[in-house]
Amino acid sequence: MADMNDELDKVVERLLARRPDIKMLVLVGSCPSEVIKLDLSRAASRLDRLHQPRHRVMAYSGSGIETTFTQGEDNFLAELVTRMPAEKPGAAPSLIVVGAMADVVEDQMTRIFHGMGIENVAFLPSRSSESLPAIGPNTAFLMAQPWVNATALAMRSVVQGGLQHLIRWVRRPTAWLKAAAEEFRVDASRFDAITAPGRERARLAVERYREALGGKRIFLFPDSQLEPALARFLHRELGCEIIEAGTPYMHREHVAEELAQLPASATLSEGQDVDLQIDRVHESNPDLIVCGMGLGNPFEAEDAPPSGRSNSFSHPSMAMSRQATWRNCSPVPWRVAAF
Amino acid sequence: MELTVWTYEGPPHVGAMRVATSMQDVHYVLHAPQGDTYADLLFTMIERRKARPPVTYTTFQARDLSGDTAEIFKKACRDAAERFKPQTMLVGASCTAELIQDDPGGLAKTLDLAMPVIPLELPSYSKKENWGAAETFYRIVRGFCQGYQQGETANDRKRVNILGSTSLGFRNRDDIREVVRLVEMLGLEVNVIAPLGASPADIARIPEAGFNIVLYPEIAETAARWLKKTFGQEMTRTIPIGVGATRDFIMEVAELAGVDPAPALDDDAERLSWYSRSIDSNYLTGKRVFIFGDATHAVAAARIASEELGFRVCGLGTYSREHAREVRAAASKLGLEALISDNHLDVEDAIIAAAPELVLGTQMERHVAKRLRVPLRSDLKPRSCPGFSRPLFPANGGRKAPMSFSTAGFTR
Repeated sequence: MADMNDELDKVVERLLARRPDIKMLVLVGSCPSEVIKLDLSRAASRLDRLHQPRHRVMAYSGSGIETTFTQGEDNFLAELVTRMPAEKPGAAPSLIVVGAMADVVEDQMTRIFHGMGIENVAFLPSRSSESLPAIGPNTAFLMAQPWVNATALAMRSVVQGGLQHLIRWVRRPTAWLKAAAEEFRVDASRFDAITAPGRERARLAVERYREALGGKRIFLFPDSQLEPALARFLHRELGCEIIEAGTPYMHREHVAEELAQLPASATLSEGQDVDLQIDRVHESNPDLIVCGMGLGNPFEAEDAPPSGRSNSFSHPSMAMSRQATWRNCSPVPWRVAAF
Repeated sequence: MELTVWTYEGPPHVGAMRVATSMQDVHYVLHAPQGDTYADLLFTMIERRKARPPVTYTTFQARDLSGDTAEIFKKACRDAAERFKPQTMLVGASCTAELIQDDPGGLAKTLDLAMPVIPLELPSYSKKENWGAAETFYRIVRGFCQGYQQGETANDRKRVNILGSTSLGFRNRDDIREVVRLVEMLGLEVNVIAPLGASPADIARIPEAGFNIVLYPEIAETAARWLKKTFGQEMTRTIPIGVGATRDFIMEVAELAGVDPAPALDDDAERLSWYSRSIDSNYLTGKRVFIFGDATHAVAAARIASEELGFRVCGLGTYSREHAREVRAAASKLGLEALISDNHLDVEDAIIAAAPELVLGTQMERHVAKRLRVPLRSDLKPRSCPGFSRPLFPANGGRKAPMSFSTAGFTR
């Protein structure tokens, strides 16, 4: 183990010598490092002492034994929470939107929040490692993604006396913004004025797809944890029939609102046994399969579409890449984002 | 264990997966946690294959570590045998599962499966992807050929096997087309092409051929040596990349088969010689080129660059330690000392020191060259996927050789 730490130190030193512009270095634990019980947090504090203030070093577990894809992201954000500065006493109420998003989405959200009169809006992760937002009793948090559960917990434990203002994850943009508006007591007419044009744009945008997707039978493979929300959207707003919505795992409390809105006929499956899921696809013969790219090409290559499939699509399945899901995973108001 | 930001090769179980995915009717049960289950993506997304790779993972989790991971493995094996009914089953452990020492081979033996099981021992912390592929191919060849009884067709000198092509290889399918063309021009018959496209039943016919063409020694040399020792099958040594090497290859094959090489040597499909003589190629003459990649392609690129295009090779190296000898020999012919390293930072340092005007390298050298603002042609393994969707573009044979270099100056 001493050798492992020496090796780690050597790699870090060489990396920082080549890339002096790195301000924050993150050690990520993998499956083997978990099995051999390499203590990366300790290694990170040692390296942090060695290289600060020029470079900060932190660690989190990205091990695939313990966690799935999005849990790694969640762990990283939770680790960042411990480095957020404390809010000044008596600070004005502020809002932190939690979850990694594209800059353009953050900008759009900021404009909307400002429009509603919520002036102090920050994002975690912040754009620079040196500008983490302050945290304290006057801060409210809005989850931008359903998987930032460890982060929410970390925030609760950081704020003394418990966090009063955690807003749960809601995928529907209007409801999501509404949650923030209620927290900040935004006047209802002002809220409507700010959100109405977007809602109208969204209604027009979605209408085009309703024609193609209405009544279609859809099967969602577990990929990103957005599946329950996508299923709810496809069902409620586009009139699709949901055969199955798979999700790698979920925090039932945080996605309770989504689950409540799913049709009773839809199967909700947590975790994955992909062979069995493929069997269920063949049995249920959906019009559209939503899956990661690993399965998309094999489905596309399957023989002529079985009867009952829609003519609206030239292909029996329409693969939605993880990247596409990823980019659009934030509750961007009024877009048929996932497609 | 060595930490690095980038690796030229994956762990050895990825090599095993490549062999399993290349073949028909083979299934690989891999003892691995959820985090190691990216094979579907490698093969269906990066290589854009039409079928899911024939790999089943046990996907044990942290909470299983204190329980019975061996039982999880046995269940996965039984389920895969039942569901996929392969002709043979490969079993092994990923880098993480190796640490928990469940002995997949021993466990699979206790299951009494309906098909033969080939256990793979692939030490993840001392060996790498190509070694894993070579070892897997060797185990399969040995498993299915050792009981071979010599029949009437055995050792027919005019029948030949082509060994070493795999999925996630580099233009392997195109290379096979080209080499089959050459071999048929000589009036020879192709017996088995493996692993790509072969089933275990095909593997069992390998001994029927007179000799073996080893296209990619990284994958096929171990098996070809065993075939030579066991059945007396000779193997080719020349890799047909570039005009000179392709001519040498044709002569070597013709000699092993006892036929006249002329029909293939006289083929007018080769276009590189004219390009080299044409005034178009003058701008390449004497330019300094640095070459780094897998041993087979690096040696070939060095020969083309120095003998056929008039470049000055100012650096040559490989990450393939198993084939360092060939690269060292090629380098010393050029008055160079070969760089044998799998650390991309050492390669970067060597490129800086050599001050080349062109780099021929892998995906990582693409990044390095970009940083250094040196033109690059990334035609050596490993590299990113865009190249795989191109039309026919074999590296083997001489037909398309000029393209490797004529576009080099424009690729940044």
